[in-house]
Amino acid sequence: MRVPPGDLFAALRTDAAVDAILVTLTTNAISLVLIIGLGTPTAYWVATRSSRLRDVVVTLIELPLVLPPAVAGIGLLAAFGRLGLLGGTLDFVGIDIAFTKIAVVLAVAFVASPFYVRTAVSAFESIDPALPDAARTLGAGPAKVFLRVAFPLAAGGLGAGAALAFARGIGEFGATIMFAGSLQGVTQTLSLAIYEQFDLDFDVALAISAVLVAVSAASLFFVKLFSRWRSSSTSPIPFAPSSQPSG
Amino acid sequence: MALELDFSHPLRSFVATLRLTVPRGRTLALVGPSGAGKTTSLRVIAGLLRPREGTLTVDGVPWLDTRRGHVLPPERRKVGYLFQEYALFPHLDVSQNVRFGARDGGLADEMLDRFGITHLRRARTRDLSGGERQRVGLARALARDPDVLLLDEPLSALDAHTKTSVRLELHQHLRDLDLPAIVVTHDFDDAAALAQTIGVVVEGTLRQIGTPAELVAAPADPFVATFTGATLLPGAAVGTRDGLTEVLLDTGATAWSTQPGSGRVHLAVYPWDITLAREQPDSSLTNHLRGPITSIVPIGDRARVRVGLVVAEITAASARRLELAEGDSVVASFKATAARLLQAGG
Repeated sequence: MRVPPGDLFAALRTDAAVDAILVTLTTNAISLVLIIGLGTPTAYWVATRSSRLRDVVVTLIELPLVLPPAVAGIGLLAAFGRLGLLGGTLDFVGIDIAFTKIAVVLAVAFVASPFYVRTAVSAFESIDPALPDAARTLGAGPAKVFLRVAFPLAAGGLGAGAALAFARGIGEFGATIMFAGSLQGVTQTLSLAIYEQFDLDFDVALAISAVLVAVSAASLFFVKLFSRWRSSSTSPIPFAPSSQPSG
Repeated sequence: MALELDFSHPLRSFVATLRLTVPRGRTLALVGPSGAGKTTSLRVIAGLLRPREGTLTVDGVPWLDTRRGHVLPPERRKVGYLFQEYALFPHLDVSQNVRFGARDGGLADEMLDRFGITHLRRARTRDLSGGERQRVGLARALARDPDVLLLDEPLSALDAHTKTSVRLELHQHLRDLDLPAIVVTHDFDDAAALAQTIGVVVEGTLRQIGTPAELVAAPADPFVATFTGATLLPGAAVGTRDGLTEVLLDTGATAWSTQPGSGRVHLAVYPWDITLAREQPDSSLTNHLRGPITSIVPIGDRARVRVGLVVAEITAASARRLELAEGDSVVASFKATAARLLQAGG
């Protein structure tokens, strides 16, 4: 079991490891963009409503949290697979999602999105409601209220949520293997590569695991940093949003 | 040229129905217990709350007419709104706060100057004192060049020491502005210091409206009387003699009032109308209530002395001269004209 660090770095240079790193980075980057792009408006909508519809939306958002990953994979197959609900339509226009990079992106986005949206909702909810009200009376329409008041004040929480979602997405396994398979260089992410290399070359599995430990720790550290930034509207911090000229 | 508001809106346990007119250059204070609908009125004017029914015009321009479905959004109303805790943007500095709603930077600079906060322009709002925060809030509201000024509990976030000087300052600003202004407060003294007209709002309706002096001279009901500082003595009007109404107080004592009354009444008397003596004075004062002193609270050069049910406000000098101490038996005396009669249950 004792492997010198030099061998670990060598193991990371194998094709399997390099491919897995590239697949993981690209798919997770795209997922994160999707999660932030769709999750931020959703979270803002949820945080500024109090209707019953809100509870329904929140339930749907949080569902992936409690869903077994295998069920999530089956669900995604049922929705986007060739024989799935939307699969027929997609197949008709020549798009086949299952077992492609798109499938990885969807699986990661599905499983990781609640981590971002939940944090984002509470970040928006923790804004003193008098502040958006004040902005409205000062001539700001809903869009300007979001851009100049809600977003900057929630930015720390949004960052923390994004880091959490990234940490969860990087380690995605169950839904991905069911919906996207484990094709090296196409859909084989780091977690899937560990699983495969576990039988083929244990050193590679170990090296990738070490990378994931480092990435997870770094993500968590960023969550802490961002969370401090969020609660820092009352305390001095080194990277406060810089003052921008306004008027 | 004025603000005219007429609305009704259901609140938790009652429907707020208010009709207010505030001319340009005048300040109206809305006072009353919390949850009575005071802040609701401000939110309706600012457009932050759409009432179930109502109309609002400012200088003849309709801002709200629910019957016609005409509702201007808040950003299109020219309102200067000072929020309860000032609602300064914590992520912006003082200058950015003041400029947030300003149409031109010149007016914002003028406001910074006018409120004496130019030297704080780069300061973070969290570093400001309560008085400074209020000035920034007010400068920000006025930099929008509003047609109406709304102040929600402008003094409640301040400590007692700062409050007095800020109140004076605020009074001067309100006097200099040629705007209809509405101040919401739960404190009668603040209202009297800031506004020419005071409206007492209880459970969503205007109980009484008038100048501070009018409210004190003739409180419309027991609530207004206590709110303006009077002590209420419950009793029953039992007859008249020489044009005076005889009131048998629940304590067993008898008091006389120049005002008519019958049945269950409250006798309202203000602390400053009461004099204290060790023995019953041989004077023109009609009413004398003997009782033990239960508390003596010095307030500046005056002292509030509670004798049985009534509270007397006397100068600190006379408190010293009488050598008053808690537990002493004294006589509280007041004129029949100072004894206002209010029908109970009103």
